[in-house]
Amino acid sequence: METLERYRPVIDDFEAFLGACRRPLPSAVRVNPIKASVGEVTAAFDEAGVGWEQAAWNDRVMTVDTDRPGNTWPYFHGWVHGQEVVSSLPATVLDPDPGERVWDAAAAPGSKTTHLAALMDDRGLLVANDSNLGRLSALRSNAERLGVTNVAVTNRDARNFSLKPFGGEPFDRALVDAPCSCEGTIRKNPDALDEWDLRHVRGVAGVQKGILRRAVQATREGGTVVYSTCTFAPEENEGVLDHVLGEEDCRLVETGLEVECAPGVTEWEGEEYDESVRKAARIYPQFRDTGGFFVAKLEVTA
Amino acid sequence: MSDGNSGQQFDRLPSTPDEREVEGRASRREVVDWWTERFAVPPETFDGIAFWEKGAGKVWAFAGEVDSPVRIEGLGMAFMRTRQEHWKPTTEAAQRFGAEAERNVIRLTREQADRFVAGEDQAIDWDGDWGYLIAAHGLAGTDAPLGVGLYLHGELRSRIPKGRRREF
Ligand SMILES: C[S@@+](CC[C@H](N)C(=O)[O-])C[C@H]1O[C@@H](n2cnc3c(N)ncnc32)[C@H](O)[C@@H]1O
Repeated sequence: METLERYRPVIDDFEAFLGACRRPLPSAVRVNPIKASVGEVTAAFDEAGVGWEQAAWNDRVMTVDTDRPGNTWPYFHGWVHGQEVVSSLPATVLDPDPGERVWDAAAAPGSKTTHLAALMDDRGLLVANDSNLGRLSALRSNAERLGVTNVAVTNRDARNFSLKPFGGEPFDRALVDAPCSCEGTIRKNPDALDEWDLRHVRGVAGVQKGILRRAVQATREGGTVVYSTCTFAPEENEGVLDHVLGEEDCRLVETGLEVECAPGVTEWEGEEYDESVRKAARIYPQFRDTGGFFVAKLEVTA
Repeated sequence: MSDGNSGQQFDRLPSTPDEREVEGRASRREVVDWWTERFAVPPETFDGIAFWEKGAGKVWAFAGEVDSPVRIEGLGMAFMRTRQEHWKPTTEAAQRFGAEAERNVIRLTREQADRFVAGEDQAIDWDGDWGYLIAAHGLAGTDAPLGVGLYLHGELRSRIPKGRRREF
């Protein structure tokens, strides 16, 4: 928890923040409309005596009263995917339409990929990429269990991803759910901060910048790119946005989320970031009893 | 042009047997006809889906558009096995498309479904065809397909792959 002290200056009600970080996280699932309706899922949980509660902002996202949602019939049938509540935010913000071409740059094990596929009605082209082959096999089994057929899987470093296998055409939308220091998962993994190290934060920020730049380049003019992490560190969030705003043709736009959030920070340890990073959303655990999360939406301008 | 069949790349199946260029490769029409004949799944269930082969006989279902052949890690869903006497759907294909099936669906009680998804073989009476069946059970008012079983000599053999098995 000491690591989190560095955020005291930017988080209001810091004691509530620390208190929430110490509490375990409720189990949650996302309903998969490719295979079932919300009514079927809730009826199946009722039959099994598993309690559930829908999120206020999305009736397909629910917390469930079991430690092992993986051991329920709705899970076996791919009617639900076990997924933290905040993990449903990036695809909601990217908001792809059926028939579009969408790139998920750091996709494994596929929680957001499968959510994107559902929002696309399993139509169009969804390219799920990850540099880690082992994690890609988890992505493939998740996508198959959830009945997804519109996903093409690639194993590349997203920083120099090639559009060649996809006709050389840019994407309509891209998601960068970046590798990060994962501070926001502390409620799920109490040892998430054991290996925390500022050099690692700076190193991973370099990778994040590279992936986000490539995502902006690979997206058509007028298209949308969403950047998300599960960390609080401004170096990995607003700092990355600030860098990419300076290097690539893009601008920040509002996320449109109807969840409680704080704006992006514009000053951090002597650095100043572009004012527009305030449009990003910081979700702290004390707001709605979730994990911590960061999400920003960019429009590609050329 | 494909130079044959490769385990490294995905090749789109030809639409019809007449357009076949690679020996032994199934065509889209044969695949769709097979699902209609075996399970009475309406052909329009597969509208917008193309079938691809990677490795001999392994067919994948993909709703997106890419040029064939393509060398990537995955394309849609592993769908069925062809190039053998008895074609066999995957568990995932049975779950995704089996809800539309009206033939060769064996309905299990909850207790039988528990054993089936644990990977057990069980004696069950069945008047229909032998061979690969879609096993289903009632869940939340629907007829929910569980996967594929092989029915022979009064016994239903579960074909749920190891990583997909569950003990409830
Ligand atoms: C936060 S996780 C992604 C979680 C995933 N989006 C989901 O919802 O299931 C970050 C991923 O980035 C991958 N990664 C790290 N560096 C990468 C790179 N240079 N190119 C592509 N993927 C990378 C990691 O292997 C990891 O799977």
